[in-house]
Amino acid sequence: MHYTLPNKLKLFAIVLMGIGFLGLLLGFLSVPTTVEEAKAMVTTEHHGEGHGTEMNHAQGSTHTDSDEAMGHEASHAESHHGESAGHEETNHDDGHGEHLLHQLQNKPWAALYVAALFFFIISLGVLAFYGIQRAAQAGWSIVLFRVMEAITAYLLPGGIIVIVILALSGMHLNHLFIWMDPEVVAHDEIIKNKVGFLNVPFFMIRAIFFLSGWTLYRFFSRKFSLAQDAAPKGDISNHKKNFRISAAFLVFYIVTESIMSWDWIMSIDPHWFSTLFGWYVFASMFVTGVTVIALITIYLKNQGYLEFVNDSHIHDLGKFMFAISIFWTYLWFSQFMLIWYSNIPEEVTYFITRMEDYSLPFFGMLVMNFIFPLLILMNSDYKRANYIIVMAGIVIVLGHYLDVYNMIMPSAVGKQWFIGVSEIGGFLFFLGLFLFIVFKALTKAPLLAKGDPYLGESERFHY
Amino acid sequence: MSNQVIHALYDDDDVLLKAVKDIRTEKHHIEEVYTPFPVHGLDKAMGLEETRIAIMSFIYGCIGLGVSIAMMNFIMIEDWPQNIGGKPSFSYLENMPAFVPIMFEMTVFFAAHLMVITFYLRSKLWPFKEAENPNPLTTDDKFLVAVEVHDDEKKLTQFLQKTGAIEITLIENKA
Repeated sequence: MHYTLPNKLKLFAIVLMGIGFLGLLLGFLSVPTTVEEAKAMVTTEHHGEGHGTEMNHAQGSTHTDSDEAMGHEASHAESHHGESAGHEETNHDDGHGEHLLHQLQNKPWAALYVAALFFFIISLGVLAFYGIQRAAQAGWSIVLFRVMEAITAYLLPGGIIVIVILALSGMHLNHLFIWMDPEVVAHDEIIKNKVGFLNVPFFMIRAIFFLSGWTLYRFFSRKFSLAQDAAPKGDISNHKKNFRISAAFLVFYIVTESIMSWDWIMSIDPHWFSTLFGWYVFASMFVTGVTVIALITIYLKNQGYLEFVNDSHIHDLGKFMFAISIFWTYLWFSQFMLIWYSNIPEEVTYFITRMEDYSLPFFGMLVMNFIFPLLILMNSDYKRANYIIVMAGIVIVLGHYLDVYNMIMPSAVGKQWFIGVSEIGGFLFFLGLFLFIVFKALTKAPLLAKGDPYLGESERFHY
Repeated sequence: MSNQVIHALYDDDDVLLKAVKDIRTEKHHIEEVYTPFPVHGLDKAMGLEETRIAIMSFIYGCIGLGVSIAMMNFIMIEDWPQNIGGKPSFSYLENMPAFVPIMFEMTVFFAAHLMVITFYLRSKLWPFKEAENPNPLTTDDKFLVAVEVHDDEKKLTQFLQKTGAIEITLIENKA
């Protein structure tokens, strides 16, 4: 059955993109250009909240220098600042002002980057899920292949946008990645020792290499998948080819995904490191990807397009959402607890900033990504009810947006975070783009992969 | 309650499933079915109620979580709040990450073990229990359906033969 993109949906996606673009534009236009403006912005904001008297205190004690990872203890920041003030030839107060300026200037960039990255890793997570289904020769998920293939259509455009943002950072249009600033690196021993890995040309080459690898797999897998539909009965050579490249892709994926998470997310805090970070990011993208598959499948089924999808398929997706939510929490907690327990200053600053300055998104995300899905998706009957899956799905998707937000924002804007015009604008813009590309891709092939040798099993699938 | 039961032996699980469905549509009461292995869909064919053991397991898990929290809160926070390696023992919440592994394990422990014990109790299984198996063949490769006899024994026998039973025996119930 062929899918035709309804005009309403197209319009909806375009309106989302328009609103989001305006929001982002507003964010970029309201960025201060001088230290004085930045200070004035913070002052008026704080006056507005009635905390005017606390302003000096907040500014004086907790803002660290831009050449430091966030959240060093105040005394450390103070002494470090004393050293760097010499080169900057500014006094104490101006150093903080400049830091504040950088944070405020980073705000719309970080909002843009978080949203771009979030929607990109959704499609990357779906690609990994698809690769696993192919390599494991799963019998239940064949009827969902075209939905997954459509979601991964966002991989290339979404990835290009992320890489363009990274390139713009490399061209010093923003201060997202402080290690990209040679001024900072010159005065920072820790980053200096990492320059062999963290330098802009190598960083960009890696990014392009990873995206090309993923895109190549996506391209060939889709090609073989469509060719299998057209193949004569009994000829499953395309299916076999797809099986082989999927197995190879998964090996490539787990290595590149790990390095990608160091590059694109962890390097925003170049003073901090965590060994299971790659897994953690993987779990986040995987659960969001599965959730988005479920949401789009339910939407299409309600529109009458996927009559071959039954509630057992939804049940299985629900089980994946449930299990991977717990897996995500397991990794989140393993990372958090090990660092909290040993309490080594150079590692623990990462969580101190998040717990002190981001307590609501930080702990709110745990409720959204763990407790809510745990309780609601535990019941077997609930996993068959579409409205429960949709409700849990929306919470999980938003929760994992917050997860990415928590990974990027504290290092990019510090205490100046707010989910305001530019953040919501960024989210809506990429949501619109994502919907547009995904649903456009759905129209390009029949919704049932009719040539797949496991199709019968999948259509009769019953749990 | 009748004191006569017919034991019909089958040698194939597909035949058994079909026979169980037929027996139920003929409104005969099936006392029990003995199989050497789980036959998928047999409970649905017999119209058995769904098990509630998962609900019990969830409740046991909650109890385990509660027990672990109460235990550690008393020991580590209330009774003797020592400074052990600088861990904040001022309140349960402050030191919670260190307790999570135990909270998790206790939840799983209670949920799993109490559920298993519930299963044993409900299905009346214990060591030295006398086996209730009416025919040792059903532990190997045969399937047995016990059907209650009400009035016409001959008619029921003929009907069971038609459903594919390979052997039919009439059993007098002991008292």
